[in-house]
Amino acid sequence: MPIIKADLELCQGYANCVMEAPKLFDISDDGIVVVLEEEFGEETRGRVEAAVRSCPVSALRIED
Amino acid sequence: MGSKTVIVGGSVGGIRAAQALRSQGFAGEIAVIDAEPHVPYDKPPLSKGFLNGAIGFDRIQLISEKELNDSEVSLLLGQRAVGIDVSGKMVLLEGGQRISYDDLVIATGVRARPSPWNAADGVHLLRTLDDAQSLKRDLLESSSVVVVGGGFIGAEVAATASKLGLLVSIVDPLAVPIGRILGDEVGERFIGLHHANGVSTHFGTGVESISGSRGNLVVRLTNGVHLSGDIVVVGIGAIPNVEWLASSGLVLDNGVVCDEFSRAVGQANIYGLGDVARWHHPGLRRLVRVEHWTNAVEQAACVARNIVNPSNPVSYSPVPYVWSDQYDWKIQIAGETSDASRCTLVEDHANLNRFAAVYADGAGFYSGIVTVNWPRAMIQCRKLLETEKDPAAPLELLRQMVPAI
Repeated sequence: MPIIKADLELCQGYANCVMEAPKLFDISDDGIVVVLEEEFGEETRGRVEAAVRSCPVSALRIED
Repeated sequence: MGSKTVIVGGSVGGIRAAQALRSQGFAGEIAVIDAEPHVPYDKPPLSKGFLNGAIGFDRIQLISEKELNDSEVSLLLGQRAVGIDVSGKMVLLEGGQRISYDDLVIATGVRARPSPWNAADGVHLLRTLDDAQSLKRDLLESSSVVVVGGGFIGAEVAATASKLGLLVSIVDPLAVPIGRILGDEVGERFIGLHHANGVSTHFGTGVESISGSRGNLVVRLTNGVHLSGDIVVVGIGAIPNVEWLASSGLVLDNGVVCDEFSRAVGQANIYGLGDVARWHHPGLRRLVRVEHWTNAVEQAACVARNIVNPSNPVSYSPVPYVWSDQYDWKIQIAGETSDASRCTLVEDHANLNRFAAVYADGAGFYSGIVTVNWPRAMIQCRKLLETEKDPAAPLELLRQMVPAI
């Protein structure tokens, strides 16, 4: 299964990923992304790709 | 083979539209045309990390070469579109070339409003990579700067210049410049932030003239004060890039006027997105044009979907979201805050460097939220904007997030 990788050094807590895919992402008390489910199925790929594109600092990527 | 989509404008909206088309299964040809010669780059860092040297050009590229190749998106860089032939479905380029399309996406953005005050040299605007590189060079060789314009761009430049060790003054005709966006109570705090960082503010006064040259510029204010600076940065807003469409027949009025599906009005296969698009927002029931990064990305996704499914288009009704980084403040704003009738501040007494403000509209409904250094509060309250009308709900949520006094 493809997985989501988040670069916690780059993340600034803009949280656009949470708006795109609230079941997959959240923001911690420290203001940094939390990946709730690393693995995702193909039916979710569109949402994950939208989350990746919506990150202002390109902190997310998909590993196939 | 399928159809061909041509995107005019290779900034964030144009590039994200190309990516979203592939993500949605668009199998036709995609071409992105941009007047600038540089590979597509992202603009928010140009007033922040790129300007202060923390990150280089490699870190602000919008799409990797590998993804461009893999997704078969062709770039026509350094090519200025000068018009379209709507009936012939052609984009006309400056060199005389004609590019045919089945669907056209207009994403030409905005440009910095030119300075009405002229000096020999040393007066900067900031919008493009070339602007940022030129300003960066001058900032490194200067010891003082006068920033004209107290909005987000001006404040970000002031913060960056102050961090680089320059003596900074900032000028704006409004007494509380950020008050225009966030109300005067919150806006006052932004003035305090300038002062806390040693930046002198001249708000509530206009610029009469700028004279001299780089290294020795004088800004004369309408209140009689003279400010001297090695350089001046003018950040007084932006103008939509629509002149190239003047003879196209498209409806142009402070942007490309679009319907709720982001289609240029009266056109089945021409779309507008990002800073240049003024579309009918079905939630607000009026035309709006939004100059925010996140809006360009979200509208690009909507346009891509509507190109792929033209018979069943979705309307575009976003909750606006924007951020700004000034000094040690990470500022995030969601929803409508500028026309608010009520604004309630929530402080965290255990962490004085952060706060939030909840906005309600004329009818008393929850309309917007701003947070400073508080991303978790922002995302919780931003989600609530989609479902909750009562401003008591975000206030309750925020109060639960701070320790009781």
